[in-house]
Amino acid sequence: MIHSLFIINPSGDVFMEKHWKSVISRSVCDYFFDHQRKASSPEDIPPVIATPHHYLISVYRSSMFFVAVCTTEVAPLFVVEFLHRVVDTFEDYFSECTESIIKEHYVVVYELLDEMLDNGFPLATESNILKELIKPPNILRTIANTVTGKSNVSSTLPSGQLSNIPWRRTGVKYTNNEAYFDMIEEVDAIIDKSGSTVCAEIQGYIDCCIKLSGMPDLSLSFVNPRLFDDVSFHPCVRFKRWESERVLSFIPPDGNFRLMSYHIGSQSIVAIPVYVRHSLCLRESGSGGRLDITLGPKQTLGRTIENVVLEIPMPKSVLNCGLVTNQGKYTFDPVSKLLVWEVGRIDVTKLPNIRGTVTNCHFSALYF
Amino acid sequence: MTDSKYFTTTKKGEIFELKSELNNDKKEKKKEAVKKVIASMTVGKDVSALFPDVVNCMQTDNLELKKLVYLYLMNYAKSQPDMAIMAVNTFVKDCEDPNPLIRALAVRTMGCIRVDKITEYLCEPLRKCLKDEDPYVRKTAAVCVAKLYDINSSMVEDQGFLDQLKDLLSDSNPMVVANAVAALSEINESSSSGSPLVEMTPQTVNKLLTALNECTEWGQVFILDSLANYSPRDEREAQSTCERITPRLAHANAAVVLSAVKVLMKFMEMLPSDSEFVTSLTKKLAPPLVTLLSSEPEVQYVALRNINLIVQKRPDILKHEMKVFFVKYNDPIYVKLEKLDIMIRLASQANVAQVLSELKEYATEVDVDFVRKAVRAIGRCAIKVEQSAERCVSTLLDLIQTKVNYVVQEAIVVIKDIFRKYPNKYESIISTLCENLDTLDEPEARASMIWIIGEYAERIDNADELLESFLEGFADENSQVQLQLLTAIVKLFLKRPSDTQELVQQVLSLATQDSDNPDLRDRGFIYWRLLSTDPAAAKEVVLAEKPLISEETDLLEPTLLDELICHISSLASVYHKPPSAFVEGRAGIRKSLPASARAGSEGVESTESQAAPAVIPAQDSLIGDLLSMDIGGPTVAPVAAAPAAPFGSAAMDLLGGGLDTLLGETSSSPAPPSALAASSAALLGDIFGAPAASATYVAPKTTWLPAEKGKGLDISGSFVRRNGQLFMDLTFSNKAMQPMLGFAIQFNKNSFGITPASPLQVQSPLPPGVAADASLPLATTGPVQKMEPLTTLQVAVKNNVDVMYFACQIPMHALFVEDGQMDKRVFLATWKEIPAQNEVQYTITNVMHSADTVVSRMQQNNVFTIAKRNVEGQDMLYQSLKLTNGIWVLNELKIQPGNPNITLSLKSRTPNVAEGVFQAYDNILHG
Repeated sequence: MIHSLFIINPSGDVFMEKHWKSVISRSVCDYFFDHQRKASSPEDIPPVIATPHHYLISVYRSSMFFVAVCTTEVAPLFVVEFLHRVVDTFEDYFSECTESIIKEHYVVVYELLDEMLDNGFPLATESNILKELIKPPNILRTIANTVTGKSNVSSTLPSGQLSNIPWRRTGVKYTNNEAYFDMIEEVDAIIDKSGSTVCAEIQGYIDCCIKLSGMPDLSLSFVNPRLFDDVSFHPCVRFKRWESERVLSFIPPDGNFRLMSYHIGSQSIVAIPVYVRHSLCLRESGSGGRLDITLGPKQTLGRTIENVVLEIPMPKSVLNCGLVTNQGKYTFDPVSKLLVWEVGRIDVTKLPNIRGTVTNCHFSALYF
Repeated sequence: MTDSKYFTTTKKGEIFELKSELNNDKKEKKKEAVKKVIASMTVGKDVSALFPDVVNCMQTDNLELKKLVYLYLMNYAKSQPDMAIMAVNTFVKDCEDPNPLIRALAVRTMGCIRVDKITEYLCEPLRKCLKDEDPYVRKTAAVCVAKLYDINSSMVEDQGFLDQLKDLLSDSNPMVVANAVAALSEINESSSSGSPLVEMTPQTVNKLLTALNECTEWGQVFILDSLANYSPRDEREAQSTCERITPRLAHANAAVVLSAVKVLMKFMEMLPSDSEFVTSLTKKLAPPLVTLLSSEPEVQYVALRNINLIVQKRPDILKHEMKVFFVKYNDPIYVKLEKLDIMIRLASQANVAQVLSELKEYATEVDVDFVRKAVRAIGRCAIKVEQSAERCVSTLLDLIQTKVNYVVQEAIVVIKDIFRKYPNKYESIISTLCENLDTLDEPEARASMIWIIGEYAERIDNADELLESFLEGFADENSQVQLQLLTAIVKLFLKRPSDTQELVQQVLSLATQDSDNPDLRDRGFIYWRLLSTDPAAAKEVVLAEKPLISEETDLLEPTLLDELICHISSLASVYHKPPSAFVEGRAGIRKSLPASARAGSEGVESTESQAAPAVIPAQDSLIGDLLSMDIGGPTVAPVAAAPAAPFGSAAMDLLGGGLDTLLGETSSSPAPPSALAASSAALLGDIFGAPAASATYVAPKTTWLPAEKGKGLDISGSFVRRNGQLFMDLTFSNKAMQPMLGFAIQFNKNSFGITPASPLQVQSPLPPGVAADASLPLATTGPVQKMEPLTTLQVAVKNNVDVMYFACQIPMHALFVEDGQMDKRVFLATWKEIPAQNEVQYTITNVMHSADTVVSRMQQNNVFTIAKRNVEGQDMLYQSLKLTNGIWVLNELKIQPGNPNITLSLKSRTPNVAEGVFQAYDNILHG
């Protein structure tokens, strides 16, 4: 199981370590640094690294590496999932998870890690329970604690911990009872040069913010649940009910959580809301190239499309772009070679367009 | 106010400062000081010097302070064992605290203090906590047993904690059950004996399945992992367990999903593959696997490595999901490479067009590794899907035209494989390839190009010049290139002997005199000797027909694959290596898939025992055979034929020439020879002057097991007697799509007590489309049971696919033993003794032999003529024979010159053998 955790910043400093069994020297991270040097970008470091005595399983989140060290055969996904959960918990506690935030809250972070894992076995990972054990820091409470001499650490066992619904704490009270549901859908599509769809799939999520008193029992039904190819649920969802009636029936955790995620695969037809008409020629005359891109709406079911952002990873040879847009702003990062065009709203009467030249480095320049 | 303030230091020195603060009377100050200590600890600073001061703060009512001190203790107790004893009292006291949180905290921390002296004090509190009324304490205590086991395993066993832990498996609280399972499996993993501590009974499994629905996601992973070690008793149990596990596939936690997939994949093996349940389960497995690919890249990577295994084992699951494996521009490189692998595995005639157009795009990407792999993938596509070969070749040609160095080299390597797979089809492109000769700087590409030139030397006008140009820098080449160059020039010489003599002499002298590489020297010598003694033989060896290369070049070996399927979701599945290969100090229990219900129970054990020794002893005996062949003269015939299959492959190693380099360089292609095996074995026989086989009648091989009944395995065979030993000659043809291995054979009880005298030795793995011969020596000492008809033999042949049953007839003549000659007087006496009702008559029709021919023919088959008389123009022959089980048979033959029919009268004490004997006469005289 998980033996130790090292948190490493992009410049290669181990700025936090936690050991759940015996202490492992941080020199074990050298193997990780070897891979880090080889990788062209931080995302490309392989998540599972074998060293002579240990296995390093890492995730890359918020420009930090969370490297777990294991000594025995483990399920890597178990570790990966746990590490992501750790980061999620930090984000939940400190509203964002960065190096400086972690450094600011060393002790809380350390207490949290200790509470989440015991001897490599996850102990309490539900944020509801953790928040009862260790109160999230906020200014008000810090001041109050200084005055009253209380601490952030609860001295009683969280009530929900061992009940059949460990995700919900008891005794929740709100004056305004409200529940919000966000439907988020990501369409992943590969579209070939001619504009026809090679493949398209939808990854969808239902995120909730529930502020209800007591023990609410909710059900949520869909107009056409058959569309889902695959679903995965928060543990609170009663699976049997879904199987028989296709209804989500659950006692929700208190606060924010992801109720369900679903997948609509390549088998069903996926409506792509926008189309892109492009003409891109990188090497036209000498070192210059041309770029002309127009966006238009497609299958929007009558809704307007907003907050459109277009990202184009340019080839390494591109030095700079001189472009004009009729709408929105564009930026080009010469280091990552990423062209970002923040389009905004798509107006059907005047389609957004970006055009201009791209500068390449000369081929001869590559050699001399 | 943030924690970063804990790092501000003063000039006096941090440690000193902290020390005085820790000893401050005010609680608040103390707490702040401990926090500072912890903060230093987390960044790796050594604050162990403060140990006594921190421990002094332990006696407190403030839980936060207590926790902080405990955190400190866990880190440093080991370095200060004597001081750590000071803490024991507090721990013991805390274990009695009314607050369950404190009890749990104490027992948990105590377990983390890895000091022997402390563990002694831990036993009593732990025993109490394991029976605590609060489940939170119990579940913490369960984990503590695992911790303790790690420190002092014998103590855990002596104190009976393991039994207490096992009792927790039936705890009312699912979380406690889950932790007990986790602790037990960790103890199992580290235990030296390696034997499972807990016998999984259907009752425990049932308890675990119940707990599975209610415990946390992590607990579910532990429970599923331990369920994977259980082998259900029968199909029904396997199916019902699968049914209860299937809902886990819809869990949001990827680890739970993959662990569930593992259990299902394993248990599915037990169910008949055509059952409705398996079909629907296969359908259910696809969507969750696809969904894993929408998660974080790290999850995707692990999922893809596992999907790679699953696709090899059950290609059906994802065959319609090709598109999800298409590479996205922002995938990390490690995900891209894995996706490519799976795309090739899933490529089929139906989707190859799409795959190819994707691959072509990838080949123009920027990342070198990825481009190389994409080019290679195009080649593999061509080899796998014949219909696409043409398009693949033209795509590769387009890529060669890009003149991008590494693309060209990679393309040439794969084109070589395409030539091997489809000989005489695409050679028109050779000229284009030759244009790029100068740009090749990688050994593999150079070797491939040289192979192509050598192989098609007769079509390339300037082949000699091209090869000569390589020869100039012979000494600087990589050994792979050197070997290839040697073979190619010898090939060229054999094809165009007139103008290349000089070249071949040059390369042979370079290889044999100037090289330090033994492989190169040996090969040089062999070629030299072959060429100088018998060019015709050389031609047959060097230009021998090459075995087909198999479609999937990097398939895992099926036994390894099966083992890895049992380890889905673990590190082993990511490395594609069995855990014993990389986990330190792991007792080597290898997991294997449960045998399908029909295979019966004995199936599993024999796979393990049979698979391994198949190859190695064969090599040993081969050496003996080679020796005896040289010296032994007449005894050669039986042995030479006996180990035909392994023999052939070894001969290949010695003489296969271009073949083995080729095999070596495409190290991934296991393409073992077999068409060639027989021929080169025969060739060797010729070389060493082995005599022709004796004239013993050998029944032609008949098909005993057709491929459609044998799950793709086709077996034909016959029985022969060679030098007093009964053999069963078998030909195994693999007509399935996957290599087969782990062959074993067993006979049912039979009339003659025939039983295999040694384990079956057949080429293993047996690649698809290949046939291998095996000769199985038989003994007649097995259990006897009368069969109907008498000569029936029921055979079971097992391989990695299944157990196949068939029945065949043993021709009686194979059972005639060498000492079947009866003394004349005994013959006469016996003939008289046997009552007349035991006499059976038979007419052998259509025999055109004289009496003398009959005598000699029968003699060769151990039927001995005792006397010959001529009565009234008829030849009367009196013959005797003895069967392996000691039954004597006496015969009288009447042969009339000019009459094609022979009358045969048979007398035996057991006349039911008559049928077989008549059959034998018929066969021998007509054969």
